Amino acid sequence: MAKRIVQLQHVHKKFGTHTVLEDVSFNLDQGEIVGLIGPSGAGKSTIIKVTLGMEKADGGQITVFGEQMPQRQLLKKIGYMAQNDALYDSLTAYENLEFFAQMKGVSAKEIPAQIDHAAKIVDLKNQIKQRVGSYSGGMRRRLSLAIALLGNPPLIVLDEPTVGIDPALRRQIWHELSRLRDDGHAILVTTHVMDEAELTDRVALLLDGKLIANDKPKILEKQYQVANIEEVFLKAEGDLA
Amino acid sequence: MRIWAITKRVLKQLLRDKRTLALMFIAPLVVLALMSYIFSVNMTSNVTIGTVGVSQTLQKDLNKVQHVKVKAYSSKQKAQTALKNEQVDSTLEKRHNNFYATYANTDSSKTKLAKTALQTVLKQEKMNGLIQQFKQVQQKLPATAAQQQPKTKQTTPKIHNDYRYGNGNSTFFAKLMPILMGFFVFFFVFLISGMALLSERTSGTLERLLVTPVRRSDIIYGYMLSYGLIAVIQTLLIVIFTVTVLNVQVLGSLWLVLLITILLALVALSLGIFTSTFAKSEFQMIQFIPIIVIPQIFFSGIIPLESMANWAQWLADVLPMKYAADALTAVIMKDATFTQIAGDLLALLIFIIVLTAGNIWGLRRYRKV
Ligand SMILES: Nc1ncnc2c1ncn2[C@@H]1O[C@H](COP(=O)(O)OP(=O)(O)O)[C@@H](O)[C@H]1O
Ligand SMILES: [Mg+2]
Repeated sequence: MAKRIVQLQHVHKKFGTHTVLEDVSFNLDQGEIVGLIGPSGAGKSTIIKVTLGMEKADGGQITVFGEQMPQRQLLKKIGYMAQNDALYDSLTAYENLEFFAQMKGVSAKEIPAQIDHAAKIVDLKNQIKQRVGSYSGGMRRRLSLAIALLGNPPLIVLDEPTVGIDPALRRQIWHELSRLRDDGHAILVTTHVMDEAELTDRVALLLDGKLIANDKPKILEKQYQVANIEEVFLKAEGDLA
Repeated sequence: MRIWAITKRVLKQLLRDKRTLALMFIAPLVVLALMSYIFSVNMTSNVTIGTVGVSQTLQKDLNKVQHVKVKAYSSKQKAQTALKNEQVDSTLEKRHNNFYATYANTDSSKTKLAKTALQTVLKQEKMNGLIQQFKQVQQKLPATAAQQQPKTKQTTPKIHNDYRYGNGNSTFFAKLMPILMGFFVFFFVFLISGMALLSERTSGTLERLLVTPVRRSDIIYGYMLSYGLIAVIQTLLIVIFTVTVLNVQVLGSLWLVLLITILLALVALSLGIFTSTFAKSEFQMIQFIPIIVIPQIFFSGIIPLESMANWAQWLADVLPMKYAADALTAVIMKDATFTQIAGDLLALLIFIIVLTAGNIWGLRRYRKV
């Protein structure tokens, strides 16, 4: 059996009186890509934040690598890409990558090779000396992704990584994610683009803070007797109403 | 090593922001030069006194007073019109052996100057009159008695002026300079570091940073190191400029001046970071200036603290500028030694430690470890 990387059990989260996560339980194992799918405002980013210890859950158990978050040392093994591009505009792409590599504790010797590798995956090699302030939205997104991949972390958490990225590159990025999965990385991806769900090993459908389905895309499609995940989603939503 | 990487990154960002650089390094010099000019001008304001029916000798005496000019008018009406039209700053009329002075009083320094000149000259006139009377009395006395009078020296004693600090041309600006120097360091470091951290917050880079294994304290120390360095450069520039261009004298050790300003910069930095926690936008950060920055200058010793009410003195005690201004004034104007300003330095250090601890703790908002 594959190693369990992330485990959420009966997690609750409220912002004020507004319940954002309600009894969410799900796992992520080594060597799999799990897609967290749901409309915007469903609570996808919140799941990621409580998992990484950026927000405190109000109830339930969360473990990452078998340990309770938050744990500073565990963050070494996690590559995170936030939903908003948190980049330093006055620095070049290279300097951004270098800085975050240093923060992640990548050794000085390895940094150039790591940056080179990450930039190649997101196809930014030619613009790496440019200041990020002059980047387009898609380029910023790709740079954020490259930062998440630095240091070859065993757990990769990506919050809407493909927003604003054109189809050819999107395919290339998913291809790369599959390759990382095959290397034994555990990958958690959120998206509100339903057809990307087909590319994951397992989808967790999130609606209004509740997990309404959690299985392989093919199994879900069969179970709901539809052709794709989008229809699964619509049907599940209808069942709930 | 993460501290150093953060320091380098913050410095890099600063160096690429030309506008901020100008604000930090050029703006203080321009403002200091302007203030120096303004205060030197203020010292040499001239007054014109319009006289009516005043004796020739008195007019001459008044004219001899520095920065005072006399214009004689034939009637009271003419003098009053001149006063109204701002041709003269005050009028002096002699009626039935009494003097009547009217001041325009639109500029209190001019009024003061005219008043002083009149008083001095009138006193002198009175003295002259007394001397005349005395001489007349003396002449009537028997010659023997006059001979017994001790010989008074004919030469009037000269006053030799000596200045412990600066020279006879020292202006109010010289007294203000140490305080201003501290204030500029405080103000610009507060504003710019506060803004820098605020933009890390709003752009999400701070949150992003805290999802790496970096220590919360590393971030704060990295900022302190970079802004400490900026403060050194800024202070050196200000000191060199005021000493060489504005001819202000630094009596004490330049190292002590640097030490004080670095500590002050670190206070300003931690206060800026602390304040930015409560701001959601750059505009909100600006709104803190009247609350946090402006009082610092009122209670920094420009107006003597001893003359203030108790509550005001207590307020001054919790404002870091007071200690920095105190120490800077002592070193620059009185050649104070390290031990003499140790109390002030300790106070600044306490501010730094408390605020820094608060800032490191405050980052728990983004990560609990
Ligand atoms: N810091 C916060 N304070 C208050 N409400 C929040 C906060 N973060 C998210 N929410 C609310 O929680 C809900 C889920 O947000 P989020 O997890 O960002 O959704 P998603 O990522 O699926 O679009 C939304 O209704 C949002 O308004
Ligand atoms: Mg989201």
